[in-house]
Amino acid sequence: MRSGLVFDIRRYSVHDGPGIRTTVFFKGCPARCTWCHNPESQEPGPEVMFWQRRCASCGACAAACPAGAIRMVNGYPVTSRETCSACGSCVRACRFDARTMVGRTVSVDDVIRELERDRIFYDESGGGATFSGGEPLAQPEFLEDLLAACRAVDIHTAVDTSGIARFELVEKLARLVDVWLYDIKAVDPALHLRAVGCPNDGVLRNLRFLAAEGARVILRVPVIPGMNDDDESLARLADFISSLDGRRPERLDLLPYHKIGVDKYPRLGRTYGLETTGEPDPQHIDHIAGFFRTLGLEVKIGG
Amino acid sequence: MNERVRKLRQESLEAVPYISTERAELITEFYAKDRTHSVPIRRALAFKYLMERKAVCINEGELIVGERGPAPKATPTYPELCCHSLEDLEILHAREKIPFTSSPEARRVYEEKIIPFWKGRSMRDLIFAEMTEEWKAAYEAGVFTEFMEQRAPGHTVADDKIYRKGFKRIREEIAESLASLDWLNDPEAQSKAEELRAMDIAAEAICTYARRHAAAARELALKERDPRRRAELDRIAEICDWVPENPPRDFWEALQAYWFVHLGVITELNTWDSFNPGRLDQHLYPFYKKGLEDGTLTEEQARELLQCFWIKFNNQPAPPKVGVTAAESGTYTDFANINNGGLKPDGSDAVNELTYLILDVIDEMRLLQPSSNIQLSAKNPDRFLKRALRIVRKGWGQPSIFNADMVVQEMLRQGKSVEDARCGGTSGCVETGAFGKESYILTGYLNLPKILELALFNGVDVRTGKQIGPRTGDASNFTSFDEVWRAFREQLHYFIDVKIRGNNVIERLYAKYMPAPFLSTIIGDCIARGKDYNDGGARYNSTYIQGVGIGTVTDSLSAIKYHVFDNSHMTMDELLHALRRNFDGLENIRMMLWNETPRYGNDDDYADDLMRMVFLAFFEEVDGRPNTKGGRYRINMLPTTCHVYFGSVTGATPDGRTAWQPVSEGISPVQGADRRGPTAVIKSAAKMDHVLAGGTLLNMKFTPKLLEGDDGIDNLAHLVRTYFRLGGHHIQFNVVRAETLRDAQAHPERHRDLIVRVAGYSDYFCDLSRALQDEIIARTEHESF
Repeated sequence: MRSGLVFDIRRYSVHDGPGIRTTVFFKGCPARCTWCHNPESQEPGPEVMFWQRRCASCGACAAACPAGAIRMVNGYPVTSRETCSACGSCVRACRFDARTMVGRTVSVDDVIRELERDRIFYDESGGGATFSGGEPLAQPEFLEDLLAACRAVDIHTAVDTSGIARFELVEKLARLVDVWLYDIKAVDPALHLRAVGCPNDGVLRNLRFLAAEGARVILRVPVIPGMNDDDESLARLADFISSLDGRRPERLDLLPYHKIGVDKYPRLGRTYGLETTGEPDPQHIDHIAGFFRTLGLEVKIGG
Repeated sequence: MNERVRKLRQESLEAVPYISTERAELITEFYAKDRTHSVPIRRALAFKYLMERKAVCINEGELIVGERGPAPKATPTYPELCCHSLEDLEILHAREKIPFTSSPEARRVYEEKIIPFWKGRSMRDLIFAEMTEEWKAAYEAGVFTEFMEQRAPGHTVADDKIYRKGFKRIREEIAESLASLDWLNDPEAQSKAEELRAMDIAAEAICTYARRHAAAARELALKERDPRRRAELDRIAEICDWVPENPPRDFWEALQAYWFVHLGVITELNTWDSFNPGRLDQHLYPFYKKGLEDGTLTEEQARELLQCFWIKFNNQPAPPKVGVTAAESGTYTDFANINNGGLKPDGSDAVNELTYLILDVIDEMRLLQPSSNIQLSAKNPDRFLKRALRIVRKGWGQPSIFNADMVVQEMLRQGKSVEDARCGGTSGCVETGAFGKESYILTGYLNLPKILELALFNGVDVRTGKQIGPRTGDASNFTSFDEVWRAFREQLHYFIDVKIRGNNVIERLYAKYMPAPFLSTIIGDCIARGKDYNDGGARYNSTYIQGVGIGTVTDSLSAIKYHVFDNSHMTMDELLHALRRNFDGLENIRMMLWNETPRYGNDDDYADDLMRMVFLAFFEEVDGRPNTKGGRYRINMLPTTCHVYFGSVTGATPDGRTAWQPVSEGISPVQGADRRGPTAVIKSAAKMDHVLAGGTLLNMKFTPKLLEGDDGIDNLAHLVRTYFRLGGHHIQFNVVRAETLRDAQAHPERHRDLIVRVAGYSDYFCDLSRALQDEIIARTEHESF
């Protein structure tokens, strides 16, 4: 497979690995984290996002829809997600930028061409490409081809992953990835299953393997109040990190929970599950950072 | 900063600019009595008259002395150039932005003495009387502006001459040049002799002016009770007796020597961009090093002296401007722009310890004036760049950053010697010049979007309905993009001709009636050539026209090409109809043009190729044409505040911009049109061949949050270095404040390019929820000052 589904390619990405990078966001994710700030990344097919603030209520979208999936209700279009085939007719019809397509199929060559545009910035800053998502490992052949293509043209690569993937795949990709941005949401299996929607034994095993192989790994830990920010969860995480053989993770990034994704949910016709959770207290974040630093880890707050 | 500096700085910040009639009265008195026949001698004697009589001002506690007016921010006028009417004074007094108050007494002086004498006799009157109808029609329509209608040519910068020589030596050189005149073979010998005699009078006058300060300091010292201040006043007296007549012997004397020269230049005439010490860290370094080595100077003393020097600049607002000139340059800043870093004459890294000290001073002083910049060569260390960026991050706009290697290349292309190029830098906003050896006159802004408008409406100004340009054809009949382009080229050619013809006349008027003998003494090779600065005396003579609105004109051409000819979304007739109606009732057409046009600033060759076409067309029309001073016409790309004025006279444009709104500034993309991040903007901007211009201006916006920490500085440094690797000339960062963010909430379409650091990632501000925007505004409020 020489093509895949992505929902964004963002240049001047400066928080997803070293230097100035271009981040390729893969669409589709096996996890369903309740706090996800990129809900548009989850479904493995294209979707239409609707920005009500930009909408001029002109009705052009409804008129353009070949499936009749859009009705005007109180002056605004309402889309039946069941009927919508994400053909993009309404997006093309909208003059006001109120409808955007999330997810487009791109070839490896397309991506490489886009990456090449900022090569001089990577050269200057020690940057490169970051494959993120969604879950990049959920489109394994596409990812492998991209990594190989980057290696062939000397573009540094980072893979930002949930770690939810077959072991054989991680084993195969390890030699092609320059740095892993590796999420650990919870070490407790039950907690992981509850919050992320799938078990974590693969996540931990894959990470053990990468450490043993000597891969460069930056751990990323989302800090979700009431989910994984209690002392016991943190202690378990610390124990796990200390138990890794081989190359130590070179840094741990704490990603404090935020509500940035909240208004993306209604744009996708969905509701947000964590309405009542507040953003963590900065002092608590500092406390957590201090705790991990006592393990001799470099800790950064924010990605 | 210490108590002295804090107090002086506070006084400078609190002083209110007002009109001082002192200079106008003295110059009028002089002219009324004067019977001199020779114009240069008359100008020199006028300068002498001022230097011998204008009030000497020594402010309490200061270490560097001398003001242009009788007190800080007392702003003189130049009635021989532009005689303000009572109505002008009223406007200046009452206007909301950039006011200059005037007392009833000042207005009475104007009414009784100044206006009766100068009305109809000023350069401004002379200039407008000499301009053609075509020129006036274009000027009134806002196709171009005219720099010299209220202010004199200046646009030049000091080199190290005054620190090496002193005016005693300069006068000897004048005498040598006089003695070597070839009276038998040189038909210009007589006029050269007059010029040189005028220069000698002016050189003597500046020394007299300095000695008057010495006398005043001595008098103050006698009355001073505080022994420390008394000692300072004695030292000031000693310095003012010594410089600028003799070469300075130490750091303090060097600063005072420059300051007298600065006052001389800006009192002789109201030169554009005032005057400028240029490569200050290079000129002062020998004095600094020597002082530290022999124990006569400490770093702290040097810092204090520099800070006192900084305050002197802030005390001198740009002379009051009215009318179009006020609109194109609406600021108190008079553009003295101090250069730091860059290259030595031998091409090696010029950054030294004093460079860092000056950056500290810039950081600590946070004053509107002087402006400051760094000249960044590939040879300069990252430490230098990062020190500057830590100041940039604070969000008050200084210092700006220039590519020293490109600045050198631009000058080499213009035919300057390598050494002169390396001793040069940038002044004003972004203008490249061979410091101390070049007259590089900016003559006016050119409204590129207006020229496209004239091409689309057959030479008719849509605002007034007047036929002001050639009839290049009814655009509704155009059947290809090439025809649009041809019409644009024809209009461009016509208006450049009109502008240059006007410029050539104005250049001659200044050469003939308004020589600048004092300025001529310090700019090479005026003495050797026996020619005035305003008459081609300088080693290099460049005349500039500044292009404005390249983003708007590019996107407009792109819209026509894309929607009318390549994709047939609309006909030419429909487009013209929409423009005429200012999109009234045609919002869907406007939004299509605004949102679905390939636009400059996105690293999209469709648009960027058109930008290159426009830039090259402008370059080819102007560059290399002869001026009247033995030099050539050149282009540069900067707007000051003119993009707002030009927008206010330009109707709706094909890129979806509504009528009378600002056009794009500098070489920045149209406000809100760049949606692919800063690297894409840099790639687009670098597709312009910067070496062909004498300065380009690129503005980028960031929020303070995005530049936090060492990573923020590193990333910004990488952006700058990359832009310069790609051949960019200049970049500056607008670290956005809360008020801008609020405007972005109210008018998101104008701020689509605004990137903010949110929490662990960056995003476009306008894409965030209202609540999050509010939160970021609250945070930014804390970070801005």
